[in-house]
Amino acid sequence: MRTLIAPGRSRAGHTVALVVTAVVLTAVFVVPLVWVVLSAMKPAVELARVPPTVLPETWVPGTYAEAWDLMDLGRYFRNTLVVAVGTWAVQLAVDVPAAYALSRLRPVLGGGILGAMLVTLMMPASVLLVPTYLTISDLGLLDNPLSLWLLGAANAFTVFLLKRFFDQLPVEVLEAARIDGAGQLTMLWRIVLPLSRPVLAVVSIFAVVAAWKDFIWPLLVFSDPARQTLSVALQRFAPDTPVNLLLAGLVLSSVPMIGLFLVFQRHVLAGLTAGSVKG
Amino acid sequence: MRRRVAENLVAYGFLSAALVCFAVFSWYPIARGAVLGFQQVDFVDDPVWVGWENFERLFADPLFATAWRNTLLFTALALVFGFAVPFLLAVVLNELRHFRAYFRLIVYLPVMLPPVVAALIWKWMYDPGPGLLNTALRGLGLEGAAWLDSADTSMLSLVVVATWANLGTATLVYLAALQGIPGDLYEAAELDGASVWRRLWHVTVPQTRFVLLVLALLQVVATMQVFTEPYVMTGGGPEDSTVTVLLLLYRYAFYYNDFGTASALSLLLLLVLGAFTALYLRATRKADA
Repeated sequence: MRTLIAPGRSRAGHTVALVVTAVVLTAVFVVPLVWVVLSAMKPAVELARVPPTVLPETWVPGTYAEAWDLMDLGRYFRNTLVVAVGTWAVQLAVDVPAAYALSRLRPVLGGGILGAMLVTLMMPASVLLVPTYLTISDLGLLDNPLSLWLLGAANAFTVFLLKRFFDQLPVEVLEAARIDGAGQLTMLWRIVLPLSRPVLAVVSIFAVVAAWKDFIWPLLVFSDPARQTLSVALQRFAPDTPVNLLLAGLVLSSVPMIGLFLVFQRHVLAGLTAGSVKG
Repeated sequence: MRRRVAENLVAYGFLSAALVCFAVFSWYPIARGAVLGFQQVDFVDDPVWVGWENFERLFADPLFATAWRNTLLFTALALVFGFAVPFLLAVVLNELRHFRAYFRLIVYLPVMLPPVVAALIWKWMYDPGPGLLNTALRGLGLEGAAWLDSADTSMLSLVVVATWANLGTATLVYLAALQGIPGDLYEAAELDGASVWRRLWHVTVPQTRFVLLVLALLQVVATMQVFTEPYVMTGGGPEDSTVTVLLLLYRYAFYYNDFGTASALSLLLLLVLGAFTALYLRATRKADA
Protein backbone atom coordinates (compact mmCIF):
# COMPACT_ATOMS: atom_id res chain seq x y z
CA MET A 1 0.00 0.00 0.00
CA ARG A 2 1.14 3.51 -0.80
CA THR A 3 2.39 5.41 2.26
CA LEU A 4 4.12 8.67 3.07
CA ILE A 5 7.20 7.84 1.04
CA ALA A 6 6.97 6.27 -2.42
CA PRO A 7 7.87 2.59 -2.19
CA GLY A 8 10.99 1.47 -3.97
CA ARG A 9 12.14 5.06 -4.26
CA SER A 10 15.29 4.52 -2.28
CA ARG A 11 16.24 0.99 -1.37
CA ALA A 12 19.42 2.05 0.42
CA GLY A 13 17.49 4.62 2.44
CA HIS A 14 14.95 2.03 3.44
CA THR A 15 17.65 -0.39 4.59
CA VAL A 16 19.37 2.29 6.66
CA ALA A 17 16.08 3.31 8.27
CA LEU A 18 15.26 -0.32 8.96
CA VAL A 19 18.58 -1.03 10.62
CA VAL A 20 18.52 2.16 12.69
CA THR A 21 14.96 1.50 13.86
CA ALA A 22 15.73 -2.12 14.67
CA VAL A 23 18.83 -1.19 16.69
CA VAL A 24 17.19 1.68 18.58
CA LEU A 25 13.96 -0.16 19.39
CA THR A 26 15.80 -3.29 20.45
CA ALA A 27 18.11 -1.24 22.66
CA VAL A 28 15.22 0.58 24.27
CA PHE A 29 12.67 -2.22 24.69
CA VAL A 30 14.52 -5.51 24.69
CA VAL A 31 17.96 -4.78 26.15
CA PRO A 32 16.68 -3.59 29.55
CA LEU A 33 14.61 -6.74 29.98
CA VAL A 34 17.43 -9.07 28.90
CA TRP A 35 19.75 -7.08 31.17
CA VAL A 36 17.49 -7.71 34.15
CA VAL A 37 17.21 -11.43 33.38
CA LEU A 38 21.01 -11.74 33.16
CA SER A 39 21.79 -9.50 36.11
CA ALA A 40 19.60 -11.58 38.37
CA MET A 41 22.07 -14.40 37.80
CA LYS A 42 25.09 -12.39 38.98
CA PRO A 43 26.28 -12.65 42.57
CA ALA A 44 25.47 -9.55 44.66
CA VAL A 45 29.11 -8.39 44.67
CA GLU A 46 29.41 -8.52 40.92
CA LEU A 47 26.09 -6.74 40.54
CA ALA A 48 27.33 -3.73 42.51
CA ARG A 49 30.48 -3.31 40.46
CA VAL A 50 31.14 -0.21 38.32
CA PRO A 51 31.32 -0.59 35.38
CA PRO A 52 28.95 -3.52 35.33
CA THR A 53 29.72 -6.79 33.55
CA VAL A 54 27.56 -7.63 30.55
CA LEU A 55 27.42 -11.40 30.96
CA PRO A 56 27.71 -12.72 34.50
CA GLU A 57 31.31 -13.73 35.29
CA THR A 58 29.96 -16.13 37.84
CA TRP A 59 26.64 -17.65 36.85
CA VAL A 60 24.21 -18.11 39.72
CA PRO A 61 21.00 -19.30 38.06
CA GLY A 62 19.90 -20.57 41.46
CA THR A 63 18.99 -16.96 42.36
CA TYR A 64 15.60 -17.53 40.79
CA ALA A 65 14.79 -20.46 43.03
CA GLU A 66 16.22 -18.62 46.04
CA ALA A 67 14.10 -15.54 45.28
CA TRP A 68 11.01 -17.71 44.90
CA ASP A 69 11.54 -19.17 48.37
CA LEU A 70 12.78 -16.06 50.14
CA MET A 71 9.88 -13.86 49.02
CA ASP A 72 7.39 -16.72 49.20
CA LEU A 73 6.40 -15.87 45.63
CA GLY A 74 4.17 -18.95 45.34
CA ARG A 75 1.78 -17.39 47.82
CA TYR A 76 1.69 -14.04 46.01
CA PHE A 77 1.21 -15.70 42.64
CA ARG A 78 -1.74 -17.56 44.08
CA ASN A 79 -3.19 -14.37 45.59
CA THR A 80 -2.81 -12.50 42.29
CA LEU A 81 -4.35 -15.39 40.39
CA VAL A 82 -7.32 -15.40 42.75
CA VAL A 83 -7.83 -11.67 42.15
CA ALA A 84 -7.38 -11.87 38.37
CA VAL A 85 -9.45 -14.98 37.71
CA GLY A 86 -12.15 -13.91 40.14
CA THR A 87 -12.37 -10.45 38.58
CA TRP A 88 -12.65 -12.03 35.15
CA ALA A 89 -15.31 -14.55 36.13
CA VAL A 90 -17.44 -12.11 38.12
CA GLN A 91 -17.14 -9.42 35.48
CA LEU A 92 -18.40 -11.75 32.75
CA ALA A 93 -21.09 -13.29 34.93
CA VAL A 94 -22.44 -9.83 35.82
CA ASP A 95 -21.84 -7.80 32.68
CA VAL A 96 -22.79 -10.28 29.94
CA PRO A 97 -26.42 -10.69 31.08
CA ALA A 98 -26.65 -6.94 31.71
CA ALA A 99 -25.40 -6.11 28.22
CA TYR A 100 -27.73 -8.75 26.75
CA ALA A 101 -30.70 -7.26 28.54
CA LEU A 102 -29.84 -3.73 27.43
CA SER A 103 -29.20 -4.81 23.86
CA ARG A 104 -31.93 -7.38 23.22
CA LEU A 105 -34.63 -7.18 25.88
CA ARG A 106 -34.89 -3.40 25.88
CA PRO A 107 -36.50 -2.92 29.29
CA VAL A 108 -38.23 0.29 30.36
CA LEU A 109 -35.52 2.80 31.38
CA GLY A 110 -32.85 0.70 29.64
CA GLY A 111 -31.42 3.76 27.91
CA GLY A 112 -31.26 5.62 31.19
CA ILE A 113 -29.49 2.73 32.89
CA LEU A 114 -26.88 2.51 30.14
CA GLY A 115 -26.41 6.27 30.37
CA ALA A 116 -25.94 6.09 34.13
CA MET A 117 -23.37 3.35 33.64
CA LEU A 118 -21.49 5.33 31.01
CA VAL A 119 -21.41 8.38 33.26
CA THR A 120 -19.14 6.41 35.59
CA LEU A 121 -16.56 6.35 32.78
CA MET A 122 -16.40 10.14 33.09
CA MET A 123 -15.32 9.80 36.70
CA PRO A 124 -11.56 9.64 36.92
CA ALA A 125 -10.75 6.55 39.00
CA SER A 126 -8.74 8.48 41.55
CA VAL A 127 -11.65 10.75 42.38
CA LEU A 128 -13.59 7.77 43.69
CA LEU A 129 -10.66 6.37 45.63
CA VAL A 130 -11.72 7.56 49.08
CA PRO A 131 -15.50 7.03 48.91
CA THR A 132 -15.09 3.58 47.33
CA TYR A 133 -12.50 2.60 49.92
CA LEU A 134 -14.81 3.70 52.74
CA THR A 135 -17.69 1.78 51.16
CA ILE A 136 -15.58 -1.37 50.94
CA SER A 137 -14.58 -0.85 54.54
CA ASP A 138 -18.21 -0.32 55.63
CA LEU A 139 -19.16 -3.58 53.96
CA GLY A 140 -16.41 -5.35 55.89
CA LEU A 141 -14.71 -6.36 52.64
CA LEU A 142 -11.20 -5.10 53.42
CA ASP A 143 -8.62 -7.86 53.01
CA ASN A 144 -11.21 -9.76 50.96
CA PRO A 145 -10.67 -10.36 47.21
CA LEU A 146 -14.44 -10.21 46.78
CA SER A 147 -14.18 -6.41 46.98
CA LEU A 148 -11.93 -6.31 43.91
CA TRP A 149 -14.12 -8.79 42.04
CA LEU A 150 -17.26 -6.73 42.58
CA LEU A 151 -15.44 -3.49 41.88
CA GLY A 152 -14.28 -5.00 38.59
CA ALA A 153 -17.82 -6.03 37.72
CA ALA A 154 -18.98 -2.41 37.79
CA ASN A 155 -17.19 -1.83 34.51
CA ALA A 156 -19.20 0.36 32.16
CA PHE A 157 -16.71 -0.05 29.36
CA THR A 158 -17.18 -3.83 29.32
CA VAL A 159 -20.97 -3.48 29.32
CA PHE A 160 -20.72 -0.97 26.49
CA LEU A 161 -18.39 -3.13 24.40
CA LEU A 162 -20.56 -6.21 24.88
CA LYS A 163 -23.78 -4.33 24.14
CA ARG A 164 -22.39 -2.93 20.91
CA PHE A 165 -21.45 -6.42 19.82
CA PHE A 166 -24.82 -7.94 20.78
CA ASP A 167 -26.56 -5.12 18.86
CA GLN A 168 -24.93 -6.30 15.67
CA LEU A 169 -25.87 -9.97 15.93
CA PRO A 170 -28.15 -11.11 13.08
CA VAL A 171 -31.80 -10.81 14.11
CA GLU A 172 -32.82 -13.84 12.03
CA VAL A 173 -30.85 -16.29 14.14
CA LEU A 174 -32.34 -14.96 17.36
CA GLU A 175 -35.85 -14.95 15.90
CA ALA A 176 -35.45 -18.54 14.73
CA ALA A 177 -34.39 -19.61 18.20
CA ARG A 178 -37.32 -17.78 19.74
CA ILE A 179 -39.78 -19.51 17.39
CA ASP A 180 -38.23 -22.82 18.43
CA GLY A 181 -39.29 -21.87 21.93
CA ALA A 182 -35.98 -20.96 23.48
CA GLY A 183 -36.20 -18.96 26.71
CA GLN A 184 -33.97 -15.93 27.24
CA LEU A 185 -31.41 -17.85 29.28
CA THR A 186 -31.14 -20.59 26.67
CA MET A 187 -30.90 -17.94 23.98
CA LEU A 188 -28.06 -16.15 25.76
CA TRP A 189 -26.20 -19.34 26.60
CA ARG A 190 -26.74 -21.37 23.43
CA ILE A 191 -27.00 -18.74 20.68
CA VAL A 192 -25.54 -15.39 21.73
CA LEU A 193 -22.45 -16.52 23.63
CA PRO A 194 -21.11 -18.88 20.96
CA LEU A 195 -21.57 -16.10 18.37
CA SER A 196 -19.76 -13.63 20.63
CA ARG A 197 -16.45 -15.41 21.01
CA PRO A 198 -14.37 -12.56 19.54
CA VAL A 199 -15.71 -9.91 21.89
CA LEU A 200 -15.61 -12.30 24.85
CA ALA A 201 -11.94 -12.96 24.14
CA VAL A 202 -11.18 -9.24 24.08
CA VAL A 203 -13.14 -8.51 27.24
CA SER A 204 -11.57 -11.48 29.03
CA ILE A 205 -8.02 -10.47 28.20
CA PHE A 206 -8.70 -6.89 29.23
CA ALA A 207 -10.14 -8.04 32.55
CA VAL A 208 -7.27 -10.38 33.39
CA VAL A 209 -4.51 -8.00 32.31
CA ALA A 210 -6.08 -5.06 34.14
CA ALA A 211 -6.49 -7.08 37.33
CA TRP A 212 -2.93 -8.42 37.13
CA LYS A 213 -1.46 -4.95 36.54
CA ASP A 214 -3.58 -3.11 39.08
CA PHE A 215 -1.63 -1.70 41.96
CA ILE A 216 -3.50 0.96 43.84
CA TRP A 217 -6.64 -1.05 44.68
CA PRO A 218 -4.83 -4.13 45.98
CA LEU A 219 -2.56 -1.74 47.90
CA LEU A 220 -5.54 -0.13 49.61
CA VAL A 221 -7.60 -3.25 50.14
CA PHE A 222 -5.01 -5.78 51.33
CA SER A 223 -3.30 -4.60 54.48
CA ASP A 224 -2.75 -8.20 55.59
CA PRO A 225 0.63 -9.15 54.03
CA ALA A 226 -0.48 -12.76 53.61
CA ARG A 227 -3.26 -11.73 51.22
CA GLN A 228 -1.40 -9.17 49.11
CA THR A 229 -0.91 -9.48 45.36
CA LEU A 230 2.48 -9.71 43.65
CA SER A 231 2.74 -5.99 42.88
CA VAL A 232 1.97 -4.95 46.41
CA ALA A 233 4.28 -7.54 47.94
CA LEU A 234 7.17 -6.71 45.59
CA GLN A 235 7.14 -3.01 46.41
CA ARG A 236 6.98 -3.90 50.08
CA PHE A 237 9.99 -6.25 49.75
CA ALA A 238 11.99 -3.92 47.48
CA PRO A 239 13.83 -1.83 50.10
CA ASP A 240 15.15 -4.77 52.16
CA THR A 241 15.81 -7.43 49.52
CA PRO A 242 19.26 -8.02 47.99
CA VAL A 243 19.17 -6.62 44.47
CA ASN A 244 19.89 -9.87 42.64
CA LEU A 245 17.03 -11.61 44.44
CA LEU A 246 14.66 -8.71 43.87
CA LEU A 247 15.49 -8.68 40.15
CA ALA A 248 14.84 -12.41 39.95
CA GLY A 249 11.49 -11.83 41.64
CA LEU A 250 10.64 -9.08 39.15
CA VAL A 251 11.45 -11.36 36.22
CA LEU A 252 9.41 -14.23 37.62
CA SER A 253 6.40 -12.03 38.23
CA SER A 254 6.50 -10.69 34.65
CA VAL A 255 6.46 -14.11 33.04
CA PRO A 256 2.69 -14.82 33.15
CA MET A 257 1.62 -11.57 31.49
CA ILE A 258 4.37 -11.67 28.87
CA GLY A 259 3.46 -15.31 28.18
CA LEU A 260 -0.22 -14.44 27.91
CA PHE A 261 0.65 -11.70 25.46
CA LEU A 262 2.82 -13.94 23.31
CA VAL A 263 0.03 -16.53 23.12
CA PHE A 264 -2.90 -14.15 22.60
CA GLN A 265 -1.10 -11.41 20.67
CA ARG A 266 -3.74 -11.19 17.97
CA HIS A 267 -6.57 -10.80 20.46
CA VAL A 268 -4.70 -8.32 22.61
CA LEU A 269 -3.89 -6.10 19.66
CA ALA A 270 -7.42 -6.38 18.28
CA GLY A 271 -8.81 -5.33 21.64
CA LEU A 272 -6.46 -2.39 21.67
CA THR A 273 -7.97 -0.73 18.62
CA ALA A 274 -11.49 -1.67 19.72
CA GLY A 275 -10.78 -0.24 23.14
CA SER A 276 -8.82 2.93 23.04
CA VAL A 277 -10.35 4.80 20.15
CA LYS A 278 -13.97 3.94 20.49
CA GLY A 279 -14.12 4.64 24.24
CA MET B 1 -49.87 -5.71 28.70
CA ARG B 2 -49.12 -8.58 31.04
CA ARG B 3 -46.57 -9.92 28.55
CA ARG B 4 -44.81 -6.56 28.56
CA VAL B 5 -44.55 -6.71 32.35
CA ALA B 6 -43.17 -10.24 32.21
CA GLU B 7 -40.58 -9.24 29.62
CA ASN B 8 -39.45 -6.36 31.78
CA LEU B 9 -39.17 -8.60 34.79
CA VAL B 10 -36.92 -10.97 32.85
CA ALA B 11 -34.80 -8.06 31.62
CA TYR B 12 -34.38 -6.66 35.11
CA GLY B 13 -33.49 -10.12 36.34
CA PHE B 14 -30.62 -10.13 33.87
CA LEU B 15 -29.66 -6.61 34.93
CA SER B 16 -29.95 -7.04 38.67
CA ALA B 17 -26.39 -8.13 39.48
CA ALA B 18 -24.91 -5.31 37.41
CA LEU B 19 -27.28 -2.77 38.96
CA VAL B 20 -26.20 -3.82 42.45
CA CYS B 21 -22.49 -3.66 41.56
CA PHE B 22 -22.80 -0.27 39.92
CA ALA B 23 -24.95 1.08 42.72
CA VAL B 24 -22.60 -0.01 45.49
CA PHE B 25 -19.24 0.53 43.79
CA SER B 26 -19.89 3.43 41.40
CA TRP B 27 -23.04 5.44 41.86
CA TYR B 28 -23.08 5.52 45.63
CA PRO B 29 -19.36 6.40 45.89
CA ILE B 30 -19.86 9.25 43.40
CA ALA B 31 -22.59 10.74 45.56
CA ARG B 32 -20.70 9.98 48.75
CA GLY B 33 -17.53 11.59 47.40
CA ALA B 34 -19.34 14.87 46.85
CA VAL B 35 -20.50 14.91 50.48
CA LEU B 36 -17.25 13.64 52.01
CA GLY B 37 -15.33 16.68 50.80
CA PHE B 38 -17.32 18.80 53.23
CA GLN B 39 -17.12 16.43 56.18
CA GLN B 40 -14.61 15.52 58.78
CA VAL B 41 -14.21 11.75 58.56
CA ASP B 42 -12.03 9.32 60.42
CA PHE B 43 -12.64 5.79 61.56
CA VAL B 44 -13.25 6.82 65.15
CA ASP B 45 -16.10 9.32 65.26
CA ASP B 46 -19.22 9.87 63.18
CA PRO B 47 -18.74 12.20 60.20
CA VAL B 48 -19.19 15.89 61.02
CA TRP B 49 -20.22 18.56 58.51
CA VAL B 50 -17.41 21.13 58.37
CA GLY B 51 -18.24 23.16 55.25
CA TRP B 52 -15.24 24.53 53.42
CA GLU B 53 -12.77 23.73 56.21
CA ASN B 54 -11.17 20.84 54.32
CA PHE B 55 -10.53 23.07 51.35
CA GLU B 56 -9.05 25.75 53.60
CA ARG B 57 -6.75 23.19 55.16
CA LEU B 58 -5.64 22.12 51.70
CA PHE B 59 -4.95 25.63 50.51
CA ALA B 60 -2.89 26.25 53.63
CA ASP B 61 -0.74 23.18 52.98
CA PRO B 62 2.45 24.22 51.17
CA LEU B 63 2.54 20.79 49.54
CA PHE B 64 -0.77 21.54 47.82
CA ALA B 65 0.77 23.99 45.37
CA THR B 66 3.85 21.80 45.01
CA ALA B 67 1.75 18.76 44.18
CA TRP B 68 -0.19 20.60 41.47
CA ARG B 69 2.99 22.09 40.02
CA ASN B 70 4.64 18.65 39.93
CA THR B 71 1.57 17.01 38.44
CA LEU B 72 1.28 19.64 35.71
CA LEU B 73 4.98 19.24 34.97
CA PHE B 74 4.55 15.49 34.75
CA THR B 75 1.49 15.82 32.51
CA ALA B 76 3.19 18.34 30.24
CA LEU B 77 6.32 16.22 29.88
CA ALA B 78 4.28 13.06 29.42
CA LEU B 79 2.25 14.78 26.73
CA VAL B 80 5.36 15.87 24.86
CA PHE B 81 7.03 12.44 25.06
CA GLY B 82 4.05 10.14 25.23
CA PHE B 83 2.32 11.93 22.39
CA ALA B 84 5.05 12.84 19.93
CA VAL B 85 7.28 9.78 20.29
CA PRO B 86 4.61 7.14 19.55
CA PHE B 87 3.28 9.14 16.63
CA LEU B 88 6.67 9.53 15.01
CA LEU B 89 7.46 5.92 15.80
CA ALA B 90 4.21 4.82 14.12
CA VAL B 91 4.99 6.94 11.04
CA VAL B 92 8.43 5.37 10.76
CA LEU B 93 7.19 1.81 11.37
CA ASN B 94 4.48 2.29 8.76
CA GLU B 95 7.14 3.01 6.15
CA LEU B 96 9.23 -0.03 6.93
CA ARG B 97 8.61 -3.21 4.98
CA HIS B 98 10.30 -5.78 7.20
CA PHE B 99 10.33 -6.94 10.83
CA ARG B 100 6.92 -5.33 11.38
CA ALA B 101 5.66 -8.10 13.59
CA TYR B 102 8.83 -7.90 15.66
CA PHE B 103 8.54 -4.12 16.14
CA ARG B 104 4.89 -4.37 17.10
CA LEU B 105 5.76 -7.09 19.57
CA ILE B 106 8.61 -5.33 21.35
CA VAL B 107 7.05 -1.90 21.71
CA TYR B 108 4.04 -3.54 23.32
CA LEU B 109 6.05 -5.82 25.60
CA PRO B 110 6.48 -3.29 28.45
CA VAL B 111 2.73 -2.60 28.45
CA MET B 112 2.25 -6.14 29.74
CA LEU B 113 4.60 -5.64 32.69
CA PRO B 114 2.88 -4.83 35.97
CA PRO B 115 3.61 -1.11 36.53
CA VAL B 116 5.26 -1.87 39.86
CA VAL B 117 7.68 -4.23 38.13
CA ALA B 118 8.51 -1.64 35.46
CA ALA B 119 9.03 0.98 38.16
CA LEU B 120 11.34 -1.24 40.23
CA ILE B 121 13.35 -2.30 37.16
CA TRP B 122 13.87 1.32 36.21
CA LYS B 123 14.68 2.37 39.74
CA TRP B 124 17.58 -0.04 39.52
CA MET B 125 18.55 1.10 36.01
CA TYR B 126 18.67 4.71 37.25
CA ASP B 127 21.25 3.84 39.90
CA PRO B 128 24.00 6.42 39.35
CA GLY B 129 26.75 3.81 39.87
CA PRO B 130 26.21 0.41 38.27
CA GLY B 131 22.86 1.40 36.70
CA LEU B 132 22.38 0.58 33.03
CA LEU B 133 21.48 4.12 32.05
CA ASN B 134 24.61 5.83 33.32
CA THR B 135 26.72 2.94 32.08
CA ALA B 136 25.30 3.40 28.59
CA LEU B 137 25.85 7.17 28.76
CA ARG B 138 29.43 6.69 29.93
CA GLY B 139 29.91 4.27 27.05
CA LEU B 140 28.89 7.08 24.70
CA GLY B 141 31.40 9.38 26.40
CA LEU B 142 28.69 11.37 28.19
CA GLU B 143 28.42 12.15 31.84
CA GLY B 144 25.68 10.36 33.75
CA ALA B 145 23.14 12.08 35.97
CA ALA B 146 21.77 11.53 39.45
CA TRP B 147 18.32 10.82 37.92
CA LEU B 148 16.01 9.98 40.82
CA ASP B 149 18.32 11.47 43.45
CA SER B 150 18.19 15.02 42.17
CA ALA B 151 15.17 17.31 42.32
CA ASP B 152 16.11 18.64 38.86
CA THR B 153 15.83 15.33 37.06
CA SER B 154 13.48 13.29 39.27
CA MET B 155 10.24 14.15 37.48
CA LEU B 156 11.80 13.74 34.06
CA SER B 157 13.05 10.31 35.12
CA LEU B 158 9.55 9.27 36.14
CA VAL B 159 8.11 10.47 32.84
CA VAL B 160 10.68 8.41 30.94
CA VAL B 161 9.54 5.30 32.80
CA ALA B 162 5.85 6.00 32.25
CA THR B 163 6.47 6.68 28.56
CA TRP B 164 8.61 3.58 28.12
CA ALA B 165 6.02 1.43 29.80
CA ASN B 166 2.99 2.77 27.95
CA LEU B 167 3.94 4.05 24.53
CA GLY B 168 3.27 0.68 22.89
CA THR B 169 -0.47 1.25 23.19
CA ALA B 170 -0.48 4.63 21.46
CA THR B 171 2.01 3.48 18.82
CA LEU B 172 -0.16 0.55 17.76
CA VAL B 173 -3.32 2.65 17.73
CA TYR B 174 -1.62 5.24 15.53
CA LEU B 175 -0.27 2.50 13.32
CA ALA B 176 -3.80 1.20 12.76
CA ALA B 177 -4.97 4.73 11.95
CA LEU B 178 -2.11 5.29 9.51
CA GLN B 179 -2.99 2.12 7.66
CA GLY B 180 -6.45 3.53 7.01
CA ILE B 181 -5.15 6.53 5.05
CA PRO B 182 -5.92 6.14 1.33
CA GLY B 183 -2.67 5.89 -0.61
CA ASP B 184 -3.81 8.12 -3.48
CA LEU B 185 -3.78 11.11 -1.12
CA TYR B 186 -0.01 10.75 -0.83
CA GLU B 187 0.28 10.17 -4.54
CA ALA B 188 -1.68 13.31 -5.36
CA ALA B 189 0.34 15.36 -2.89
CA GLU B 190 3.53 14.07 -4.38
CA LEU B 191 2.42 14.92 -7.91
CA ASP B 192 1.75 18.42 -6.64
CA GLY B 193 5.39 18.50 -5.57
CA ALA B 194 4.86 18.33 -1.80
CA SER B 195 7.97 17.30 0.15
CA VAL B 196 7.93 14.47 2.69
CA TRP B 197 7.44 16.95 5.52
CA ARG B 198 4.60 18.73 3.79
CA ARG B 199 2.95 15.39 3.03
CA LEU B 200 3.31 14.44 6.70
CA TRP B 201 1.80 17.73 7.81
CA HIS B 202 -0.92 18.08 5.17
CA VAL B 203 -1.95 14.46 4.67
CA THR B 204 -0.88 12.25 7.58
CA VAL B 205 -1.73 14.61 10.43
CA PRO B 206 -5.17 15.71 9.17
CA GLN B 207 -6.13 12.14 8.29
CA THR B 208 -5.33 10.93 11.80
CA ARG B 209 -6.54 14.07 13.55
CA PHE B 210 -9.33 12.36 15.42
CA VAL B 211 -7.18 9.59 16.87
CA LEU B 212 -4.51 12.11 17.82
CA LEU B 213 -7.02 14.26 19.65
CA VAL B 214 -8.64 11.39 21.51
CA LEU B 215 -5.35 9.89 22.66
CA ALA B 216 -4.06 13.30 23.75
CA LEU B 217 -7.13 13.84 25.93
CA LEU B 218 -6.95 10.33 27.37
CA GLN B 219 -3.27 10.88 28.06
CA VAL B 220 -3.94 14.07 30.01
CA VAL B 221 -6.66 12.45 32.11
CA ALA B 222 -4.46 9.42 32.82
CA THR B 223 -1.24 11.23 33.61
CA MET B 224 -2.87 13.77 35.91
CA GLN B 225 -3.65 10.78 38.12
CA VAL B 226 -0.09 9.46 38.21
CA PHE B 227 0.54 7.49 41.38
CA THR B 228 2.42 4.21 40.98
CA GLU B 229 5.71 5.59 39.66
CA PRO B 230 6.25 8.26 42.32
CA TYR B 231 4.92 6.00 45.08
CA VAL B 232 7.21 3.12 44.19
CA MET B 233 10.28 4.94 42.86
CA THR B 234 10.73 8.11 44.89
CA GLY B 235 8.04 8.26 47.56
CA GLY B 236 7.60 11.92 46.61
CA GLY B 237 11.22 12.97 47.08
CA PRO B 238 13.84 14.29 46.68
CA GLU B 239 12.80 17.60 48.26
CA ASP B 240 9.13 16.89 47.46
CA SER B 241 9.92 17.18 43.77
CA THR B 242 7.75 14.18 42.87
CA VAL B 243 4.82 14.68 45.22
CA THR B 244 1.86 14.48 42.84
CA VAL B 245 -1.76 15.33 43.54
CA LEU B 246 -2.67 11.68 43.90
CA LEU B 247 0.27 10.99 46.18
CA LEU B 248 -0.83 13.89 48.39
CA LEU B 249 -4.39 12.56 48.32
CA TYR B 250 -3.11 9.14 49.35
CA ARG B 251 -1.14 10.66 52.23
CA TYR B 252 -4.12 12.61 53.53
CA ALA B 253 -6.36 9.57 53.38
CA PHE B 254 -4.10 6.72 54.41
CA TYR B 255 -1.32 8.29 56.51
CA TYR B 256 -3.33 10.94 58.33
CA ASN B 257 -6.73 9.16 58.14
CA ASP B 258 -8.14 12.51 57.06
CA PHE B 259 -10.62 11.23 54.50
CA GLY B 260 -12.49 14.53 54.32
CA THR B 261 -9.51 16.56 53.17
CA ALA B 262 -8.52 13.81 50.77
CA SER B 263 -12.03 13.95 49.31
CA ALA B 264 -11.84 17.71 48.99
CA LEU B 265 -8.69 17.23 46.95
CA SER B 266 -10.54 14.62 44.84
CA LEU B 267 -13.25 17.16 44.10
CA LEU B 268 -10.66 19.69 42.93
CA LEU B 269 -9.08 17.03 40.73
CA LEU B 270 -12.50 16.20 39.33
CA LEU B 271 -13.06 19.85 38.51
CA VAL B 272 -9.86 19.96 36.46
CA LEU B 273 -10.21 16.55 34.82
CA GLY B 274 -13.90 17.04 34.12
CA ALA B 275 -13.11 19.60 31.45
CA PHE B 276 -10.78 17.23 29.62
CA THR B 277 -13.18 14.31 29.98
CA ALA B 278 -16.03 16.37 28.56
CA LEU B 279 -13.87 17.30 25.57
CA TYR B 280 -12.98 13.65 25.11
CA LEU B 281 -16.60 12.55 25.17
CA ARG B 282 -17.60 15.25 22.70
CA ALA B 283 -14.83 14.17 20.36
CA THR B 284 -15.79 10.48 20.47
CA ARG B 285 -19.50 11.19 20.12
CA LYS B 286 -18.86 13.26 17.02
CA ALA B 287 -16.88 10.38 15.56
CA ASP B 288 -19.61 7.87 16.36
CA ALA B 289 -22.39 9.92 14.80
